[in-house]
Amino acid sequence: MKPEKKLIFELSKPGRVAYSLPECDVPQVSLNDVIPESMQRSKAAELPEVYEVDVIRHYTELSRLNFGIDNGFYPLGSCTMKYNPKINEDTARFPGFAKIHPHQPEESIQGALELLYTLQNDLAVLTGMDQVTLQPAAGAHGEWTGLMMIRAYHENRGEKRSKVIVPDSSHGTNPASATTAGYETITIKSDERGMVDLDALRDAVGDDTAALMLTNPNTLGLFEQEIVEIANIVHEAGGLLYYDGANSNAIMGITRPGDMGFDVVHLNLHKTMSTPHGGGGPGAGPVGVKSKLVPFLPKPIVNKKEDGTFYWDYDRPQSIGRVKAYYGNFGILVRAYTYMRTYGPDGLKRVSEVAVINANYMMHRLAPFYEVAYPGVCKHEFVLSGRKLKQYGVRTLDVAKRLLDFGYHPPTIYFPLNVEECIMIEPTETESKETLDGFIDIMIQIAKEAEENPEIVINAPYDTVVKRLDETTAARKPVLNCTCE
Amino acid sequence: MKKHRYIPMTEQDQSDMLATIGADSVEELFSDIPESIQYNGTMPMSEALSEPELLKHMSELAERNAHFEQNPCFLGAGIYDHHIPVVINHMISRSEFYTAYTPYQPEISQGELQAIFEFQSYICELTDMKVANASMYDGATALAEAAALASGATRRKRIIVSKAVHPEAREILQTTAHGLGLEIVEVGFSNGVTNIDELKSSINEDTAAVLIQSPNFFGCIEDVRSIEPLVHEKKALLALSVNPLSLGLLESPGKLGADIVVGDAQPLGIPAALGGPTCGFFAVTEKLMRRIPGRVVGQTTDTDGKRGFVLTLQAREQHIRREKATSNICSNQALLALCASIYMSTMGKVGMQEVAQLNLNKSHYAAKQFSESGKLAFNAPFFNEFVVKLPEGTDVKTVNSKLIEKGYIGGFDLGYSYPELKGHMLLAVTERRTKDEIDGFIHELEEII
Repeated sequence: MKPEKKLIFELSKPGRVAYSLPECDVPQVSLNDVIPESMQRSKAAELPEVYEVDVIRHYTELSRLNFGIDNGFYPLGSCTMKYNPKINEDTARFPGFAKIHPHQPEESIQGALELLYTLQNDLAVLTGMDQVTLQPAAGAHGEWTGLMMIRAYHENRGEKRSKVIVPDSSHGTNPASATTAGYETITIKSDERGMVDLDALRDAVGDDTAALMLTNPNTLGLFEQEIVEIANIVHEAGGLLYYDGANSNAIMGITRPGDMGFDVVHLNLHKTMSTPHGGGGPGAGPVGVKSKLVPFLPKPIVNKKEDGTFYWDYDRPQSIGRVKAYYGNFGILVRAYTYMRTYGPDGLKRVSEVAVINANYMMHRLAPFYEVAYPGVCKHEFVLSGRKLKQYGVRTLDVAKRLLDFGYHPPTIYFPLNVEECIMIEPTETESKETLDGFIDIMIQIAKEAEENPEIVINAPYDTVVKRLDETTAARKPVLNCTCE
Repeated sequence: MKKHRYIPMTEQDQSDMLATIGADSVEELFSDIPESIQYNGTMPMSEALSEPELLKHMSELAERNAHFEQNPCFLGAGIYDHHIPVVINHMISRSEFYTAYTPYQPEISQGELQAIFEFQSYICELTDMKVANASMYDGATALAEAAALASGATRRKRIIVSKAVHPEAREILQTTAHGLGLEIVEVGFSNGVTNIDELKSSINEDTAAVLIQSPNFFGCIEDVRSIEPLVHEKKALLALSVNPLSLGLLESPGKLGADIVVGDAQPLGIPAALGGPTCGFFAVTEKLMRRIPGRVVGQTTDTDGKRGFVLTLQAREQHIRREKATSNICSNQALLALCASIYMSTMGKVGMQEVAQLNLNKSHYAAKQFSESGKLAFNAPFFNEFVVKLPEGTDVKTVNSKLIEKGYIGGFDLGYSYPELKGHMLLAVTERRTKDEIDGFIHELEEII
């Protein structure tokens, strides 16, 4: 067994330093002369005292206990774990992008403003929308921003609408964002094909419907074929359609939310546009809207003057206001722009085609061994059910843990909530047939292990730095930091 | 078929795979999309560029921005030009960190989980609070989340916020309040700090929270010791927004009686990058632990009894609680939290005090010169930012345009957010500014006005 990894605090030895600061070239200020004692720190923060090699070895070792896309296949459904191109990392670090201030004079950041303006326009074209804000920092933040615009739209028309409808297969952020925007959530069941049940939708809509939030293709990887009718039902009731763009990697250049009838769209640039997830963030969740919602966009947006210069447009009296300090996660927007220019419109279409071929290929090869929740053609992802393995005492969680021993990141499990023992697989376009075949073979082997020797699967993983962790105690008796009194 | 360096599918692969699927063409896989909504033709957007062309294009865009290396920056207002230790970029460039998703599978995510646990520990140590989360989008949205938490915890709707809080944070608070049905009451300032008499008369039994920033937007340090009893007397919560770098010298919010502490970790080793991505932090008392928004990592043991880390207290979160979650936040700013952790590891106990003292020295050196010419607007104690009052009728925007021509990034135009402070400029002087740069800047500024 490998020894426990020490915390950085446990490496501390008074007298060591890892920093280098210049000698002070102006007169030293006595703290007591400028700040009353009652405002001065009474006890120094006990931060570790280490030298530079400690810092490097500590974080290098931590990185080695982590698994990213560069380590191997990461078929985490609904997360679009595609390759994160290196050029994106380089361009975002150019001093002209990384070392600029949001409140610099506009004339001194024309390159940055042009990039944002072009990205706004390109994303509007991609989604079939009329205008885009780049402010939201993540998908959920985009959802809330979009719902606040929907709210402003209805209020501006003098209508009080209190309910947002979501399917039972929706992301948890959808209802959570609805609550944050002051809406009540109505959850409707999916039909036997895994799609929005039109009758249930008809029953749910009314003059209190503010919006329907939908992911299309949905979280089962299925395209909502009745989308035009769905849009009609919602619009006829006076509601608007919100598109959760988590699954946009399936449709770029093939169909657009704006053409499907959606009024508001968010995209997760950290999914579709290859920006890295960073171990949980940062992301970026731009929101596009149809013209009737443009007046309500958060301010500012970037605009272009007749003389060709770019500026922050704050003159938006009906705006919902600001949703993020400054102008969004600019560093992520630079990466996304770099990515989109790598492919151009035809390349982005090819991305979606290959993502969909890969997913269908995997689904067909795995179908004899795991139950496909909703057979037929899938889009960029598909959902299996591990319920057949329950008879051997093996659950989906065990399959996921067994995959760790073979060097794979497991798929998303137990989501969406409407499929029993759910396994949700999204290969993305950046994986080769050989990689997919390797993973499929291991999935088949695990299914056989479950039948013949279930203990192997139930006790997995074996080759990881820690074994299964006690999550119950962690939540019941939380130890959330190592500060000692 | 055009080949692409990120896509491995060959023509042979494609035909083999379609055969396995049982499809005759790629189009067949999209036949479930009604024809009426299929997109025909090529989308009218920016064209593809090869790698060398793209690098050149991006360089050209970047070169049209005046950056800190060539233009000494005296602009702060929430985003600062501090020294970033070189080790940070090397460590966050380890792709095991930056290409990983949220650590849902703890057995292969111990690195990220431990890094977050250490970040939470750093924030608790720095703020003297009991519980910190894994990060928020930024300091400004964290403040709005603090208002939401306070409203939930107290079952009250009235939020009092000082006008000396960052104007953009207050704008976000207004947007958030509209969604949650909160009432926002703004309290004015005098001599650069929150007007305590006005604050006292605004706090009542319906008040959920009082939001104070210190050092505040004008750089002035608030008298939190006088504010705290007024808040708690009415059983409201005190939410403090702080500059983490200032905590090397200034009293910790925990010791000052804060219930919720937020802020932006940008000063801790995070590039300015036009204001994002940065990293919000969020810390609370033990009592509020189960109401904190966002991800939280906890320590536990594995089946062999070995120490390990997991995402915990998930019953608060959107993927479990859906519409009843404490917040809708999902993605956070984990990689920037890692920057902040590496910064604090590098600076350590002594370095955090030393860098804060350097900021104090430099800003007071600069402020003294404005004070001597009668331009220092407020006389409240300050850390590394202060306000200067330019001669009557001076247009700050024009001054800043002239300064950038001379190679200096000038201060924030306060008249933009505070009509009563027209002609006032907020200046930040960090440890990166040399005596020569400060003297040169003041000389140019005096010439212009």
